[in-house]
Amino acid sequence: MRIGLIVRIVVLVLLVAFLASPQSFAFVFQPLTKNGQPAIYTQNSLLNLTLSHMAIVAMATLAASIVAVGLAIVVTRPSGMEFLPLSRMLSNTGQTFPPVAVLALAVPILGFGTAPTLVALFLYGLLPIFENALTGLTTIPPDIEESARGAGMNERQRLWQIELPLALPLILAGIRLSVAISIGTATIGSTVAASTLGEAIIAGLINSNLAFVAQGGLVVGVLAILTYDALRALERSIATQTGAGRTS
Amino acid sequence: MIEIEHLTKSFSGEMVVNDVSMTINDGEIVVVVGTSGSGKTTLLRMVNRLIEPDSGRVLIDGLDTREGPAYVLRRQIGYAIQGHGLFPHRSVGQNIATVPQLLGWDKARTAARVDELMNLFGLDPATYRDRLPSALSGGQQQRVGVARALAAAPKVLLMDEPFGALDPIIRAKAQADLRAIQRQLGTTIVLVTHDMNEAIALGDRIAVMDEGHLLQYAKPDEIVVQPATAFVGELLGSGERPFRLLSFRHVRDFVEPGAASGAPIADTTTLRDALEEALWTGRDAVPVATPSGEIIGRVTMATVVKQAARHI
Repeated sequence: MRIGLIVRIVVLVLLVAFLASPQSFAFVFQPLTKNGQPAIYTQNSLLNLTLSHMAIVAMATLAASIVAVGLAIVVTRPSGMEFLPLSRMLSNTGQTFPPVAVLALAVPILGFGTAPTLVALFLYGLLPIFENALTGLTTIPPDIEESARGAGMNERQRLWQIELPLALPLILAGIRLSVAISIGTATIGSTVAASTLGEAIIAGLINSNLAFVAQGGLVVGVLAILTYDALRALERSIATQTGAGRTS
Repeated sequence: MIEIEHLTKSFSGEMVVNDVSMTINDGEIVVVVGTSGSGKTTLLRMVNRLIEPDSGRVLIDGLDTREGPAYVLRRQIGYAIQGHGLFPHRSVGQNIATVPQLLGWDKARTAARVDELMNLFGLDPATYRDRLPSALSGGQQQRVGVARALAAAPKVLLMDEPFGALDPIIRAKAQADLRAIQRQLGTTIVLVTHDMNEAIALGDRIAVMDEGHLLQYAKPDEIVVQPATAFVGELLGSGERPFRLLSFRHVRDFVEPGAASGAPIADTTTLRDALEEALWTGRDAVPVATPSGEIIGRVTMATVVKQAARHI
């Protein structure tokens, strides 16, 4: 655990240093270039691309979380039970649909830029959050549910005071998964002119510059791993606090 | 007073509770006993409307429980279940404060009540108030569960196999504690169990249920002496009947003048325990003492054995 933490801190420091001053790391990527190509992507600042990349992921995930958790709440209420199969099917479809196809379909309607990328990431992020929220809300131990009812909590009080707090670690696990997938998937947004780290990768592919591809890919990979780990640490601390210990 | 009138409930065509009527007096402990599937839990859950009856009604102090929303009714009635059902994400203090909070008590009153109950149940508030339930032993969790049920000082407490998850030694202690606390608070308790020993140990009256019917509703000694049906007799276990009978009677009522050798027993001892003591120490008679230690006579084995026979 200790060593793992130190490694992560070192990686984070390296990432920040690279984004702050990419040229200082040119020597690392130089061997990947041919015929005097530049070693560092400079069309746009890598820092700005990273910030924009993460902002798009954050927005899409926030929207997906709200919709997925809301949907899970609705279909686990007695009045919404009948929509459970339908909502499952919808979110499953969202997952099986390739993000590239979503982009292709969304561009004619939404135009080029960030909007179609947000839609694709939103649809793609729904399923893990929805499924986990559903599991969390439907696996409350029966004796806890029973004593909440027996104590005289009404439906809304049970939801806010018992069910959501106990489902929270699982919901967070779903969000964590969704974020990790989205950080990787967001790169394809640059094919429709969204400002993400995919831009460096695409530029590298077009110009046969392996250095661009490598630096774009590395930054995305490191971001995904660090975010995933940070969210997991948050989840664990909440699970310990609530004494629920129900993480996936 | 709880009046249960002609309660009936069926689930998918099967009668679970079949026209059950009974009256429970204030301050009484009534134990509903039966095998699984006898309808005892369903009967209990109809009292606080966790299950709505098909027909019949329940009156508490003359008021029909069907009036008003069910969750308002439940806040007036304590409810404790097997496995305690404590909220794992809330501290012991917050768990106990559940119903007072729902009723909108102010903070000071709630906090005072929580401390009062924790003291009553032998849990030091300073030590345990802020712990999570998972940091407690099974016996402590069970006590917190009952304390939570009693937090808003309900007149009626419903208990569904509250001691089922405890090991035998802790269970006996928990039963004795419940009895003592009930005497102190005067709460009316309806308790459901499958364990006839528990029913006899706790009940002022025992209701025996089978296949949805109320077979017998009587004082424990009457149930032992005159089981209404063969099934009630079976639940009692025929081999133990004379000893059960002895456990309802106390030495003080059978003291006769005379001397006996050996260590005296207290006049509050049950005849069952007196018999055990005499058999173990090989005596025909045992001296009886008052709590202050004064010898008031003796009890002979002949007298005790006579009491073990069915009289009525």
